[in-house]
Amino acid sequence: MMSSAVSVADLRVVRGGREVLHGLTFEVPRGSIVGLLGPSGCGKTTLIRSVVGVQIVKGGTVTVLGQPAGAPGLRTKVGYSTQIPAVYADLTVQENLRYFASVLGAPKGDADRVITEVGLEDARRQVATSLSGGQLSRASLAIALLGTPEVIALDEPTVGLDPVLRQELWKLFYELAARGTTLLVSSHVMDEAAKCHRLLFIRDGYILADDTPQALRARTGSEDLEEAFLRLISERQVPA
Amino acid sequence: MTTVLALPRPRHGAITLATARRILVQLRHDHRTVGLLIGVPTLLMILLRYVFDAPGAFDRIGPMLLGIFPFVVMFIVTSIGTLRERTSGTLERLMTTPLGKLDLLLGYALAFGVLALVQVAVVLTISMTWLGMNVPGPLWALVLVAVLTALLGMALGLFASAFARTEFQAVQFMPALVLPQTLLCGLFVPRDQMSTALQWISNVLPLSYVVEAMHQLTGNSTPTATLYRDMIIIAVCALLALVLGAATLRRRTD
Repeated sequence: MMSSAVSVADLRVVRGGREVLHGLTFEVPRGSIVGLLGPSGCGKTTLIRSVVGVQIVKGGTVTVLGQPAGAPGLRTKVGYSTQIPAVYADLTVQENLRYFASVLGAPKGDADRVITEVGLEDARRQVATSLSGGQLSRASLAIALLGTPEVIALDEPTVGLDPVLRQELWKLFYELAARGTTLLVSSHVMDEAAKCHRLLFIRDGYILADDTPQALRARTGSEDLEEAFLRLISERQVPA
Repeated sequence: MTTVLALPRPRHGAITLATARRILVQLRHDHRTVGLLIGVPTLLMILLRYVFDAPGAFDRIGPMLLGIFPFVVMFIVTSIGTLRERTSGTLERLMTTPLGKLDLLLGYALAFGVLALVQVAVVLTISMTWLGMNVPGPLWALVLVAVLTALLGMALGLFASAFARTEFQAVQFMPALVLPQTLLCGLFVPRDQMSTALQWISNVLPLSYVVEAMHQLTGNSTPTATLYRDMIIIAVCALLALVLGAATLRRRTD
């Protein structure tokens, strides 16, 4: 079955002797933007790490583009940006991107392309330590775009960005999705939830809801997604 | 839906070279570290020359230290450098790319090998001209032993960094792994004057062979069989540490 870009079945992850993901099952359709929403510590980062294949998992399966997550064949097809900007602090933006481009075997000029896509043209010769927090996270995001991957997993990509930049990045995400790229984006900001095609509400390592924003609003009878999240939590706690 | 073009699989040689270049560019941005890497051993050599203010003594001890300085410096720089890769998330990121573990390790080896060559060249030039160090053995062998030792220090640093969670811990590995070797390698007390138990320990520590190799160079004008044996031992130890270091790099972590 190749209809889903990412397909997760009964995923269990144990960290520090404690189960943090309790058998998650969901699908990410190709060419869609799926938001992972939930409070800090709910398991978003662990889930993203499982999808890109760097997390030791206890049980279940994670399939990406028809292959087990982390398979060698996926290493040029999956882009990943960590929550803490993972760039070399002592290299310039351009040097960072050129290095990762050559590791990925990305075409020449790809480094410059992604610098433009994240709007870092003016900072390309700046050493990463001298960048602002927002610039740094965009530099880190740019690395995930190198080589035009089919699936991009972004862990909190818009933290610390001003509203204008955030809007521009979302425009970029939509363009990528329109080209057939699948995006898995985590966030704890509810106003970003509405921008996603589908949402996974996660709390304490469980999926509270897996649906479109419209359907979630309709189901909970609330216009506000934050409100919807709260209603789903209380529904769970009150036995039917 | 548009089809996304698949990238050609990058060749490992190219990734290794890109990694070595990246590490050298990082160093180029860090003038002070490069200055210290080259300046500190040079300064220590000058100091040593005037502390042992007798020509014979400096000729004997100078070459030994020429091997030990790069070893210590490379150990520190690599253990901190790779620890930074681990803690900054760049290693995790690289582990999702086609980069192989050996690409990373050989990239480090290549970059620091070049650096070791520069370091040894500067220290050696000053030692042999200004400081008047006299080494009867061939120059190429002296440089080769020093560079191999630097690579050994680098490989051990890589390996040690896997057991450090913080930079505080990483710098403590230097005295823990390096100082005992310095004490037992025959620099302070000839190894045959040590107790049998200490000699045994000394026999399995790679730095002992560095000192022995340098001793061969100061005592003979042509390469001896012992010198070649020592070089092979140092190279094998470096390779072994590199393989152990590779084993500590994991694509998947907890």
